[in-house]
Amino acid sequence: MLKFILGKLAYLIPTFFGITIVAFGFVRVLPGDPVLLLAGERGLTPERYKQLLSQLGFDRPIWEQYFDYVGRLFHGDLGISLVTKKPVLAEFMALFPATVELGVCAILLATLVGIPLGIFAAIKRGTWFDQISMGAALVGYSMPIFWWGLLLIIFFSGFLGWTPVSGRISLMFYFDRVTGFMLIDSLLSGQPGAFKSALSHLILPTVVLATIPMAVIARQSRSAMLEVLGEDYVRTARAKGLSPFRVVGIHALRNALIPVITTIGLQVGTLMAGAILTETIFSWPGIGKSMVDSISRRDYPSVQGGLLLIAGIVMVVNLSVDLLYGLINPRIRHS
Amino acid sequence: MADITINKPPHALAEFWHYFSENRGAVIGLWVFVALIVIAVFAPLIAPHDPTAQARDALLVPPVWLDGGSATYLLGTDAIGRDILSRLLFGARFSLFIGLVVVTIALTGGIALGLVAGFFGGWVDSVIMRVMDVVLAFPSLLLALVLVAILGPGLTNAMIAIALVLQPHFARLTRAAVMAEKNREYVMAARVAGASKLRLMFRTILPNCLGPLIVQGTLSFSNAILDAAALGFLGMGAQPPTPEWGTMLAEAREFILRAPWVVTFPGIAILITVLAINLVGDGLRDALDPKLKRS
Amino acid sequence: MALLTIRNLTVTFDTSAGPFKAVDGIDLAIAPREVLAIVGESGSGKSVAMLAVMGLLPPTATVTADEMSFNGQDLLALPAAAKRRIIGREISMIFQEPMASLNPCFTVGFQLQEVLRQHLGLSRADAHARAVELFTAVGIPNPADRLQSYPHQMSGGQCQRVMIAIAIACNPKLLIADEPTTALDVTIQKQILDLLCDLQITQDMALIMITHDMGVVAETADRVIVQYKGRKMEEADVLSLFQSPQNPYTRALLSALPENATGKRLTTVADFMRDLDAQSGVAP
Repeated sequence: MLKFILGKLAYLIPTFFGITIVAFGFVRVLPGDPVLLLAGERGLTPERYKQLLSQLGFDRPIWEQYFDYVGRLFHGDLGISLVTKKPVLAEFMALFPATVELGVCAILLATLVGIPLGIFAAIKRGTWFDQISMGAALVGYSMPIFWWGLLLIIFFSGFLGWTPVSGRISLMFYFDRVTGFMLIDSLLSGQPGAFKSALSHLILPTVVLATIPMAVIARQSRSAMLEVLGEDYVRTARAKGLSPFRVVGIHALRNALIPVITTIGLQVGTLMAGAILTETIFSWPGIGKSMVDSISRRDYPSVQGGLLLIAGIVMVVNLSVDLLYGLINPRIRHS
Repeated sequence: MADITINKPPHALAEFWHYFSENRGAVIGLWVFVALIVIAVFAPLIAPHDPTAQARDALLVPPVWLDGGSATYLLGTDAIGRDILSRLLFGARFSLFIGLVVVTIALTGGIALGLVAGFFGGWVDSVIMRVMDVVLAFPSLLLALVLVAILGPGLTNAMIAIALVLQPHFARLTRAAVMAEKNREYVMAARVAGASKLRLMFRTILPNCLGPLIVQGTLSFSNAILDAAALGFLGMGAQPPTPEWGTMLAEAREFILRAPWVVTFPGIAILITVLAINLVGDGLRDALDPKLKRS
Repeated sequence: MALLTIRNLTVTFDTSAGPFKAVDGIDLAIAPREVLAIVGESGSGKSVAMLAVMGLLPPTATVTADEMSFNGQDLLALPAAAKRRIIGREISMIFQEPMASLNPCFTVGFQLQEVLRQHLGLSRADAHARAVELFTAVGIPNPADRLQSYPHQMSGGQCQRVMIAIAIACNPKLLIADEPTTALDVTIQKQILDLLCDLQITQDMALIMITHDMGVVAETADRVIVQYKGRKMEEADVLSLFQSPQNPYTRALLSALPENATGKRLTTVADFMRDLDAQSGVAP
């Protein structure tokens, strides 16, 4: 088990440096003078230009610049946003909880609906339940989710008037930020109706973001279960005269869930991509929307910092999933 | 007692078609896809209007079955008076083109890298695979978005960006298949008979890795269409007035409550296309995967 | 009275090449405390027939029989719940790949005690004690410790012992062993076979041994059924079968044994059948 953990950690290091190289190189690959791009000022005099050149380190050899960059990373310095003039890391941390709240709710919804759906589809293979649920899953991940979000807005917000169109909470409410998670903060604030407002703002974005992971998890659960049901040890369980509930629910399910855990973890990358679109549609103030805004406003330090942070987070989550997999797979746990 | 004779095992291609055609969804998907190709090819002949022609007197006309609709514009018009049906029909050209180009680039690049990595092993393998892992560490849409920011918005750059982002999947698949096949007896036999490395790679090993690659190819085709539409929606893909379905959705966004049809139809077009391709992909995977064969 | 009686058992599978008859009109009977060997090549349907009795075939299989009764009870007519009280308790089965036959997620102790608690209603403590006894009976050293092991931590031979322990846990009247030693090392094979034969006597049970190995047949069986392509070719007591085989296929099988080789080249069944047809003037 220890060897497994060390192996996974060892793999982390070159990938992390690869990510930093991509983030570092990103600004230098853009068309145009990087000094001008990163300056955020207009109408530079030659003296000011020289000043910025050495300030930003572009007069030094490239590997020195890189080490300098990585060094600053470890001190938490990801640069200053051209638009807000505040540190990129601070801006990111302010917006991060919104995306996490949305993402966690989405993955919970996807898992709680997707796994049972897939398992039952496998058990009732070939029946109408199987066909309909897998058909729905197929439609789920064939849809452009930005369109799906718009449709839901048209129907639930426009036509029925049940849900709000954008934002995290009604503008009526204002309270101090404690955790950054609107559901928790609204409860803590004690203001009547705040929690309900936060919840109603969360519903549609969660459903939209959860759609693709739910479809993928359902399909994967089904195929994992089908594969397990054909294994020898399931035949042994039946040969022992155990009830079908026990054969499927205990013997088969444990084994089928192992690859599904990996799938769930891998969906985090999809969630980030989906968050970009979902947050844009629902004007959800998270890092997905902020990335799109930064790109269109040419706020390159923010884009650079955002790239690094998002990729870093995905990498850490993937590593955690790998480690979790090692923990629940008895062959690896007891080796 | 009646004798049931055992039939001769069917020919490989016939067997493949037998399994594929058993899957009704896959066959329907195939027909829809063929219909889309026909639409794309004959769009200029089928479309009732020029997709870029603006009719100043027919702004935001509803579809023919709603109040205020007219038979001239079967699916209605958009905010600057362009016929939605014609734009959808022409949009099919872009989507299919995008899918084809992206998959071709990603496939050739990915297979080349995967073959080299799997075949030569050692540090070549490590370097290539680490680079692929770094690409995969970024969420695909984010990376494509950043690449387009670097290259500049537009359809061509969007296609290149998406192809680069999808390519590691092919590289990984190819490498895994090569590593599995590399030590098989038939490869060793070919090597002993004096086959060159190049010949070994392409003539001997590659044909046996085709199954998963074909399935991944269909998956990437549909992902390419979705990603290109997403980029178009974010304003970074095909630029207006190009009738690409995602770009159409971007332009329609501000009218979702006033004129929902402008938003609904392009999305349905994307959905049908991607669904058809995914159905075919599913059918291909079931037909090519020996483990699922029921006999 | 026969313990298990099967008459005219037929099993047909749905395949892409059309329906396939794996078992074609087999008759079989076994008395209590008897050892019956079913022998034949791969594909002769010998496993399928017994899987049909246990109800372990996939849904693509159609099972028909004039009679399939155990201990006077009609297995075909029994409702599922009643059948589950017989399977695993009065009739049990062990399989060819012992490690794959055990669930990798649970300890072997869990998988053994599960049967004891389900069929015999034992408490956790009693089941644990009985499990230790069973592990001792099948020859697993350090039984109390071994109960905590996972299947992948044990060798193939030990896994098969665990499977045997599970199979005899409820004192079944009939144990079906489907190629129990084929996947094991030669040195372990003999140990497992000896264990099975000893247990058959001490546990007072009938044993059906499915195998393709004539040597195993000679060592273990009282009676033998020879199967070929789903049909029964011959049935005899073991001595008569080896001394004076009646059916040409049986003779072909015996002549294919390496110890019966006469010339430089080993005889195959096909060779023998072809020579026989040539002798009797039948077209091949």
